[in-house]
Amino acid sequence: MRERDVPQEGNATLAGHRKALYAVGEDGRLRIVPSRGWEVEEVVTRQAVEDLERRAREARSPLEYHMYRARMDVSMLAAAAGIWRWRVRWHLRPQVFARLPARLRRRYAEALGISVEALASVA
Amino acid sequence: MRFQHQHASHCESGVMSSLLRHHGLALSEPMAFGLAAALAFAYLPFIRINGLPLIAYRMPPGTIVRALDRGLGLGVRFETFRSPEAGMARLDALLDDGKVVGLQTSIYWLPYIPPDLRFHFNAHNLLVYGREGGEYLVSDPVAEMPVRCARPDLEKARFAKGVLAPKGRLYYLTRQPAGGDMASLARRALARTARVMLHTPLPLVGVRGIRWLAHAVERLCRRAGDDARAKLYVGHIVRMQEEIGTGGAGFRFMYAAFLQELAAATGYGALDTLAARLVEIGDEWQQFAFSAAKMIKRRIPFEPRALGARLRDLAAREQSFFHELNRTRLAWPA
Repeated sequence: MRERDVPQEGNATLAGHRKALYAVGEDGRLRIVPSRGWEVEEVVTRQAVEDLERRAREARSPLEYHMYRARMDVSMLAAAAGIWRWRVRWHLRPQVFARLPARLRRRYAEALGISVEALASVA
Repeated sequence: MRFQHQHASHCESGVMSSLLRHHGLALSEPMAFGLAAALAFAYLPFIRINGLPLIAYRMPPGTIVRALDRGLGLGVRFETFRSPEAGMARLDALLDDGKVVGLQTSIYWLPYIPPDLRFHFNAHNLLVYGREGGEYLVSDPVAEMPVRCARPDLEKARFAKGVLAPKGRLYYLTRQPAGGDMASLARRALARTARVMLHTPLPLVGVRGIRWLAHAVERLCRRAGDDARAKLYVGHIVRMQEEIGTGGAGFRFMYAAFLQELAAATGYGALDTLAARLVEIGDEWQQFAFSAAKMIKRRIPFEPRALGARLRDLAAREQSFFHELNRTRLAWPA
């Protein structure tokens, strides 16, 4: 990649940050060049974020909603909360979540980085 | 000595470069990356991230710190903690002692990272060089400027759970780095990288890993009618390549910069030719990402087979490149 070809496409996903890339300058030497982003990265990042947003929209229970909002899946949430995977899967069911004891709610809320009140509803 | 922030391309090599510079050994980021033999490729379908396989374009996290520690005799001390309180207290003590401390963190919990880039990646490295009130002065190599991070956020990031959980891991230098014999260190590093890329006994690592990934991509078109899922898979490959860390192409460019610097430092000109070849390979990786993105955006028809063919071509190019790298290393006059 030549220095003048370093993409500067102003990715929204970078939110104004610049990434350091190595590119070949006029003298043939590689050096660090800050980049405002490449559309390709924005496409794939948005794709991943939108997939998680879709899963959150289709969630059956508030717990599932907040799990995807926190960009987790069942195994990540299980590890973060210290609860077995199959139990987490069970807790994702709306009827089960509605009856979930406060102690478990606290653990989930802490793992997701939200308050217990926020965990109770989809918002 | 006042700490100087450096903007870098990759977190771990950037951290080591800044840390060594702070301790009086000027080692650029590409040199840190190359001397640690950090370039690699691995396709690990049994590790799933949101149901998609892990694809790495470099050695596992921690490699750079450990390899430089061994090669340059830095006496790096690693500490992990069972309780967050102990971990934060130890960090405070080290900072008050005037140390610059490296931390392993989860990028998801760092508030200064743009929201769209926050995923649960537990091996993001950064340096802390001081504290003021309830805030830590953070030098995150991938940020342009030094940043500040509030105590609860940093604690959450250091004690995130899950795959590669950092357990509050921190590290710092206990000795003044002397700087070793660059040439012999480099020779060993080149040998290691060539060996990993060409001769790892696992077919998922190195050039064979690229071919295995090509096979997986080609198979996507057999599951007809599920384009969205196949596209997510392809997008994931590109995201692992370009967004996480610095990208497959990015690592190739950085390694090329290492070869150039090494050529200049040792006067062994054959490395310059190799650097130019590796830049071309990096360009091809970018072209792969570019056509993948166009397919995702439906600007051109979605053809997994064409992407697979590109990956096979890349595998062939990297294979001949690393053979050449090895030959060049063997021909290096002592």
